[in-house]
Amino acid sequence: MPGPSTGSTGPSTGPLREVAIVAFGQSDHVRSSAETSEVEMLMPVLHDVLSRTGLKAGDIDFTCSGSSDYLAGRAFSFTMALDGVGAWPPISESHVEMDGAWALYEAWVTLLTGEAETALVYAYGKSSPGDLREVLTRQLDPYYLAPLWPDSVALAALQAQALIDAGLTDERALAGIATRSRTAAEVNPHAQLRGAVPAGDHLVAPLRTGDCPPIGDGAAAVVLAAGDTARRLCDRPAWIRGLDHRIEAHALGVRDLTDSPSTRLAAERAGYFARPVDTAELHAPFTSQEVVLRRALALDGPDAAGVRINPSGGALAANPVMAAGLIRLGEAAARIQRGESDRALAHATSGPCLQQNLVAVLEGEAR
Amino acid sequence: MSKEPVAVTGIGQTHHVAARRDVSIAGLVREAAGRALEDAQSTWADIDAVVIGKAPDFFEGVMMPELYLADALGAVGKPMLRVHTAGSVGGSTALVAANLVAARVHRTVLTLAFEKQSESNAMWGLSLPIPFQQPLLAGAGGFFAPHIRAYMRRAGAPDTIGSLVAYKDRRNALKNPYAHLHETGLTLEKVQSSPMLWDPVRYSETCPSSDGACAMILTDRTGAARAPHPPAWVHGGAMRSEPTLFAGKDFVSPQAGKDCAADVYRQAGITDPRREIDAVEMYVPFSWYEPMWLENLGFAEEGEGWKLTESGVTELDGDLPVNPSGGVLSTNPIGASGMLRFAEAALQVRGRAGAHQVDGARRALGHAYGGGAQFFSMWLVGAEPPAV
Repeated sequence: MPGPSTGSTGPSTGPLREVAIVAFGQSDHVRSSAETSEVEMLMPVLHDVLSRTGLKAGDIDFTCSGSSDYLAGRAFSFTMALDGVGAWPPISESHVEMDGAWALYEAWVTLLTGEAETALVYAYGKSSPGDLREVLTRQLDPYYLAPLWPDSVALAALQAQALIDAGLTDERALAGIATRSRTAAEVNPHAQLRGAVPAGDHLVAPLRTGDCPPIGDGAAAVVLAAGDTARRLCDRPAWIRGLDHRIEAHALGVRDLTDSPSTRLAAERAGYFARPVDTAELHAPFTSQEVVLRRALALDGPDAAGVRINPSGGALAANPVMAAGLIRLGEAAARIQRGESDRALAHATSGPCLQQNLVAVLEGEAR
Repeated sequence: MSKEPVAVTGIGQTHHVAARRDVSIAGLVREAAGRALEDAQSTWADIDAVVIGKAPDFFEGVMMPELYLADALGAVGKPMLRVHTAGSVGGSTALVAANLVAARVHRTVLTLAFEKQSESNAMWGLSLPIPFQQPLLAGAGGFFAPHIRAYMRRAGAPDTIGSLVAYKDRRNALKNPYAHLHETGLTLEKVQSSPMLWDPVRYSETCPSSDGACAMILTDRTGAARAPHPPAWVHGGAMRSEPTLFAGKDFVSPQAGKDCAADVYRQAGITDPRREIDAVEMYVPFSWYEPMWLENLGFAEEGEGWKLTESGVTELDGDLPVNPSGGVLSTNPIGASGMLRFAEAALQVRGRAGAHQVDGARRALGHAYGGGAQFFSMWLVGAEPPAV
């Protein structure tokens, strides 16, 4: 097993409680939503996801959201979104300054304690108010790296070039990933980019415009429920069989950019390698990052021939920052609920060049 | 389904000052984490996961700094979660970490909160205006002063109460080597003659702007049995939120604060908080919030909180000591201020609070709030394990 030591291991005693995703909703993802506020963008999604379960905001035991102040350009931007949820009478609520996939993780843990039966999780990001490539440079080491302003596409290009130099992919294979993703997105009404998208010129070599995600605004929400409550709220709940996330070092120079040991470790801890999946929703904003993730998750071998990768179109079709990871969990769960999948992997990432990764294994009960 | 009992076996904090120019953000957080590990006599290898909190990223100008801090906090190869619930974040962060242990997802978790306010300007970080929203350019003091006025009128409290709180907390801080403000020559008269900032809040009734970090090691029964010093046990913890602004909001005593306290007391089996709780660390950034929160948290009837303050009940040697550490009024690294309240409550029931120890403290409340009195988080810790 690659990856550093993880200290003492595992839960001390007792089975984990059964928790499932019972509803998922998302906005249409667009290049700019200048005419709507974050709250206005989020509200229809919250109404949608609650109406699918018949629950009202006041019925939810725990609420958790994911977003980033830096996209809005304003401290405490998430406090306004809470007004949209309708937190009156007061609610039990928390927020992570991370992708909504990690908000789902916090909510999952809260349900495991037995203190809650249901949870509402939402995430949103508006990239249009600023220059996203410049904004994301503020995620870097503030003393040594951020002052150089290396942008997110340039860092991804370093990773892509490392893969090509290692003989693990080439520009033609990367273009194939883009084509497959955007073809799949043709049936996704929420996607921002669908259908034939030309590979285009180099944006930062070796990455072409077609290898990069669209910049967009969007929101997503899910409802979680435990045990029999989940069965009551949903015909076929997407049970969370395992959920884990791991982080790697920040400095790019100390990591092997062609590998993702944190993804592999999270997948191992989530029980992914125990049995094959039929669906994988990977949060790979750049085509080259899908190559890394497929290697970490053994999705390139003959055993993985039956796995449908990113049937939603993935982050190459819509990548609303802070919501795109939660959308992977939601899309995988929705496929299970529709009966199109029995066991699915969902993955979310954060940080430059796949620094932090979350893996969920979702299952539907036998039909 | 029963939860795993959660124990606090390690607590560490930095010496808080206006500007720690000798360390980076990474150096600052590592200092607090190292002290918590030393207290628990644990090593980085004993830690299964890290939960970190701070207030807005604009306070340092680093977007999602947990990504950069993974190395400094020994998190590489481990799960790392970043919580942000405004001023209540330090408390919320500890509660998220406690849940990881309570749910038996992990056995031992490092939780840490920090703010290095000298890297930027907190007042400006709070005041970035965006179109079509009212900018609170006056900072936090300008927002809260009218609500203090409303309390004074409603409760009929004399003008002198706020200065008593400030004088008490700053004296308590003299006994706390980690506190930011050590005002040895302070007198009540000096507090009362300090400049008026946001009427009725005077300069000496206002929290400072600090650099600092606080860390705790949370663990399960097995981990607690190995701990070298007595642990603090979590008997109850809760978060509550309500909207910032709406017509029915009671800014003097928000419903979310009452509900949060009631939930904690229910979990901990507390029916008479005034009698059953031995020490309180509450989030008092402006002095008048002590009597206000005494009422909101159920220690006094509505309109009576200021009488507890005036009669000396909340003094270090009083019947219900409030902020024996000196509180937020003496030390305010915003994102860490809530966790400091939680940690100081735990220090009290462990009997390890040093010169500001409350004699015989067995049960203590840690309290934090944030936003426009919108977010609340609290925990109650005890010297004994909770009844199963």
